[in-house]
Amino acid sequence: MGKRKGMEIALAAAEAAALCRPDVIAAYPITPNTHIPEHLSDIVAEGRLDAEFICVESEHSALSACMGASGAGARVFTATSSQGLLYMAEIMAIASSMRLPVVMALGNRALSGPLNIWNDHSDIMSQRDTGWISLFASHGQEVIDMVIQSFRIAEDRDVMLPININLDGFQLTHVVEVMDFPLQEEVDAFLPVYKPYASLHPDHPCSMGTLGLPEIFAEATRAREAAVVNSRKTILKVWDEWEKRFGRRYEPIESYKMKGAEVAVLTMGSMGETAEVAIDALREKGVPVGLLKLKLWRPFPYEDLQKAVKGVKSLIVMDRAVSFGGPGGPVASEIRSALYDDPNRPDLTNYIFGLGGRDVTVEDFITMIDKVRLADKKRPKEHYEFYGVRGE
Amino acid sequence: MNTLKGYPVGLVENFDLYAPKLVDREEYFSPGHRACQGCGEALAIRLMCKALGKDTVIINATGCMEVISSMYPTTAWKLPWIHVAFPNAAAVGSGVEAALKALHRKGRIPDRYVKAVAIGGDGGTVDIGLQALSGAMERGHDLLYVCFDNEAYMNTGIQRSSATPFGASTTTAPAGPASMGNKTWKKNVPEIMVAHNIPYVATACHSYPLDFMNKVRKARSIKGPSYIHCLSVCPTGWRCPSEACIKMGRLAVETGVFPLYEVENGQYRMTVSMPENLRPIQDYIKHQGRFRHLAPEQIKLFQDRTNLEYKKLLNKVEHSKSWGEMSAEQG
Amino acid sequence: MANKRWPENWQDVTPGCIVSEPGSASQYHTGDWRAQRPIWDNTKCIKCGVCYIFCPEGCIIEKEDGFFEADLDYCKGCGICAHECWPLAIKMVEEG
Repeated sequence: MGKRKGMEIALAAAEAAALCRPDVIAAYPITPNTHIPEHLSDIVAEGRLDAEFICVESEHSALSACMGASGAGARVFTATSSQGLLYMAEIMAIASSMRLPVVMALGNRALSGPLNIWNDHSDIMSQRDTGWISLFASHGQEVIDMVIQSFRIAEDRDVMLPININLDGFQLTHVVEVMDFPLQEEVDAFLPVYKPYASLHPDHPCSMGTLGLPEIFAEATRAREAAVVNSRKTILKVWDEWEKRFGRRYEPIESYKMKGAEVAVLTMGSMGETAEVAIDALREKGVPVGLLKLKLWRPFPYEDLQKAVKGVKSLIVMDRAVSFGGPGGPVASEIRSALYDDPNRPDLTNYIFGLGGRDVTVEDFITMIDKVRLADKKRPKEHYEFYGVRGE
Repeated sequence: MNTLKGYPVGLVENFDLYAPKLVDREEYFSPGHRACQGCGEALAIRLMCKALGKDTVIINATGCMEVISSMYPTTAWKLPWIHVAFPNAAAVGSGVEAALKALHRKGRIPDRYVKAVAIGGDGGTVDIGLQALSGAMERGHDLLYVCFDNEAYMNTGIQRSSATPFGASTTTAPAGPASMGNKTWKKNVPEIMVAHNIPYVATACHSYPLDFMNKVRKARSIKGPSYIHCLSVCPTGWRCPSEACIKMGRLAVETGVFPLYEVENGQYRMTVSMPENLRPIQDYIKHQGRFRHLAPEQIKLFQDRTNLEYKKLLNKVEHSKSWGEMSAEQG
Repeated sequence: MANKRWPENWQDVTPGCIVSEPGSASQYHTGDWRAQRPIWDNTKCIKCGVCYIFCPEGCIIEKEDGFFEADLDYCKGCGICAHECWPLAIKMVEEG
């Protein structure tokens, strides 16, 4: 089924979004994600998509316009990276609290200082607590699939939350891959027309974005947290349906060669593809090592993590961002915290690498894995280590 | 008492005494909102909604009006209403307008014209909201933006904005032995809007309710961007008695401090006939505690600049031509 | 004062804190704020409607006989109506 085509993944993300028939797209260009809104505006200009494309004057206005459009009952899409994400940060939390299903593609890019347009995860890690559902794609097919799934997940009445799909800037956005594109009819069958819970129209007036006094704020926040946590049910249901319709399986944490693994590596995003090659090489030599590719970041996949690390003696968590002065990279901190109560939890090593577009190679993974599994157990371990930094 | 005694002829000509009885009785902004006693802005909102009618979506920036009207779980609004954040009323409004356009085109909403109207205070318009406003007006959305200008960030406690008039004392530019209060002239946002080449820009005041409502109605009928700057008296922040709310608005107009005009396709027109000689600004200032500290030299500076700005406006009224007229002239 | 209806439990909070009852603010009676109230002298009233137009609360109602009165559930006693009344038909009287 579907059409098999080779193209740049950013363009594929735009094509996938277009297949979902958004009504309003409001986006501002920022490297490396620019090709997504550019290509969407091409698709609209070609007449292939009936949508309003708003060339907003800033990212803050991009997400604001998306919220207004979503409030009026339209299906919306936007895309940004790094500094743009921070510029719209005020609205990130509001989008979640107002339960508006905005779908956003994030071309992950390093946060400035110094200015750097290349890939790392510091942008999305700064927005962890805003109440969005977060998915991480590791290759082009996942980008296409996750964009289409996101509309379905976000608009579900049991969810009604904004959702971001993370794809590594340049490492994914500017890479050309051959991918399967679902046909328009297939997407239409999977994704019905958006029917909002409430919308801005005089036939049924309502007030959105009201003032919450201390008497109500705690309850409203608790309700919002419940919505994020409960969205897991819908996400798994949608992924089951996706497998039935398109034959591709998605899980919150994908296990690769984990059978009998004593050492496991945990990655997010495109680095997982490189890690796979390293795992293959090590397994050839009989090393009992496996890979965990985390795809669902929020809501945090507690159960899947606990199941995945059963029997693992040593877990190596890769972080592509820094939490300055914190107890480890953002991902490792959360993994450590999630496994804290498990008496059989694996030893955890945290490597921070690949910052600001620094390339991560197969050899790097092999080096890191060997370092951990051959380490002297009595050596005191730091909470985290930088890998590949000159002078370290 | 009221200002009738000063200039009876000018006022009675423009204010048809019995017209209020003809105004639509439907209230779209219900009582029970938490505005201060005598709030000019609440009155202005009430009048604006009457002029807009039922088929409107309101997009509200954070500010006095948003906070006093939408205390969960109640709302004073009978129109569909959305509030997102402080600087983005115009951006959210752009999204609403685009969505209504797309949904209407695709047949997902009833076949009826629904107008998107974005509103904000002077804080959310002339300062933090200026970027979004400029973007929305430049892109040509079918959006009416109404700025309710009470000349300071009133909701957070009367801090200075760039719409605060010369010499006014606010909590972040207070008057004292080392300062005269606000040192700068009020930012002329209507002029900025005219420079965006939008078809309709107007200034208004709730003290001239029919003029204001007519302007809102006219702006509503324009299928494109429009902007109304409505002076809203804040007795709390301006430090005057609550019952003087309407009178302050009239004095602002009669002294030339806030003349009421409209710019339609580039042509300037006064919409309220002004007396030959403006009233001295002393008449306006003396009632307001925020100006109480001004020394005679400072009042003279205020008066001179007011006269100059008024003259600039009259010059435009006299000499401006509509763009249509100018295009036709080129042949 | 009307009872503020805070939702009992967090499960009762509407999604996104949406309020679907238009005009529900009228459950809160701002009339309690008042220190003085407007009294109409209908021998002087010319039924022009200026008081109705200038009330920020929108709580002045035209009765069947064409005269006006304030809805005391909401009147905040700001005094604008009395101040603007041309024939001086409205007086502000202290709340006793």
